[in-house]
Amino acid sequence: MMPERRDFLLKTIKSLGLATAGGLVWGGFIEEGRSAPLILRPPGAAPEKAFLASCIKCGMCVEACPYDALALAKPGDNKPVGTPYFIPRDNPCRMCKDIPCVPACPTGSLDKALVSDKVENGEIKLNIDLARMGLAVIDRETCIAYSGIQCDACYRACPLMDKAVTVEYMRNVRTGKHAMLAPVVHSKACTGCGMCEKACVTKKASIFVLPLKIAMGESSERYVKGWDERDEDRLKDVPEKVTTETPRSEKKPVDYLNEDVF
Amino acid sequence: MKKYKYLIARRITQSTVLFLFFAGNAFGWKILRGNLSSAKVFDVISLSDPFAVLQSFSAGASVTKDALFGAFIIFLFYAVLGGRVFCGWVCPINMITDAANKLRNYFQLDEVWKSWDIRRSIRYWAMGLSVVLSMILGVAAFEWISPIGMLHRGVIYGIGPGWAFVLTVFFFDLFAVKNGFCGHLCPLGGFYSLAGRFGFLRIGYDRDKCTSCMKCVDICPEKQVLHMVGRQSGAVISGECINCGRCVEVCDDDAVNFSNIYSKYIYK
Repeated sequence: MMPERRDFLLKTIKSLGLATAGGLVWGGFIEEGRSAPLILRPPGAAPEKAFLASCIKCGMCVEACPYDALALAKPGDNKPVGTPYFIPRDNPCRMCKDIPCVPACPTGSLDKALVSDKVENGEIKLNIDLARMGLAVIDRETCIAYSGIQCDACYRACPLMDKAVTVEYMRNVRTGKHAMLAPVVHSKACTGCGMCEKACVTKKASIFVLPLKIAMGESSERYVKGWDERDEDRLKDVPEKVTTETPRSEKKPVDYLNEDVF
Repeated sequence: MKKYKYLIARRITQSTVLFLFFAGNAFGWKILRGNLSSAKVFDVISLSDPFAVLQSFSAGASVTKDALFGAFIIFLFYAVLGGRVFCGWVCPINMITDAANKLRNYFQLDEVWKSWDIRRSIRYWAMGLSVVLSMILGVAAFEWISPIGMLHRGVIYGIGPGWAFVLTVFFFDLFAVKNGFCGHLCPLGGFYSLAGRFGFLRIGYDRDKCTSCMKCVDICPEKQVLHMVGRQSGAVISGECINCGRCVEVCDDDAVNFSNIYSKYIYK
């Protein structure tokens, strides 16, 4: 073997080894920073995986927001560095009609299609009500309305009043002679803007926005709500036989019922 | 004053770009908005970092026309201009590493202990690794740890503990490797080395005027590109030259000058 060729091969192998080691550390660092499941993205954000791949961290959405609600994650925020997010309790999304942050995005990480109605002549019309930044969740144990005090702060603050948050009249069983006016969130309308969380009067907000994936469960399509006339329409394309698999259903009932009983 | 002509010009360019981006966010000026990753000029022309877009593409993102066009403009600009003009004249980290180098020379650290000997080709490995990691992890890998982005975004939107990344680069250059980050590691530098390989703007060297004082080689952050000094006339061919012009201003014999790609045929 010629000495130059040997030298070249050795150097290449050395560099390859170094690159692999470097890549592992580098990749590990990225993986670590990527696990931020509670982050709330601007309206129209693509699903998190696609969002992270396409977001170029330019901050145009941050600059476009007239209310300064958005921020770019800094190192130490425990969020993917350089990507936009908002904290509703500090500064919620005001649900601007023209959604300035979305058209500002150069890479399509904020996707116009996700927040617009399709219009016949090909032109798209932005509709902020379609945004799904998250879902407001109520902690009934600390919500003072559920204790019988009349508070409708979140209901009044909601940009989609009577659609995303409604007030339900309930009998106050404890006193026996009063009513409870309890706020209820509806996932079909709630955009996750966080105006309710900002308005909530309790020390730590009793209504707060969580990412949809975290806030919601999912049941089988075949649980039909019989009191809803049109609910059965959903079954049109659902196959005849649907089984729901859960970690528990993988075992036989006899097995899991007798396990870990000590 | 003559000796600092290009240095001052570079500092002015670097800080002007930085300030215009800052003003875009802070005062709503429309001249430059966004940051070095992606920007808008007067709310009309989109510009994007071609290397960031390349990583994004490798990560599996569907790249929009806006981003692609912006990346193309920037790529074309630096490819035609030549060398690593971005590194020398725009990148904010250049000020940090130049400061480290200045201190290094001031304290004569190279005489106290030797700089680690690492190869300059690491930047191309880092560049390849950026693309491969982007593919595997589904995110733009270098953008995730880039001290350039950290500092640049930091000035515009607040830096937080991002200082740690910038300080790391500073101390690495100061104590570990001379011209360590920009001259050896930075994958973006590697990218622009390749992009600017056939560009127009070059450093031309005239052997006939040269007295072999080697001041130009001493001051150059990428010494390997000046291999012809003292040997034969010619222009810098390597794209690794950052076109900072320091060699031009320190030469007392007018042997080194800004020139163009064709000058390698002119000089003999």
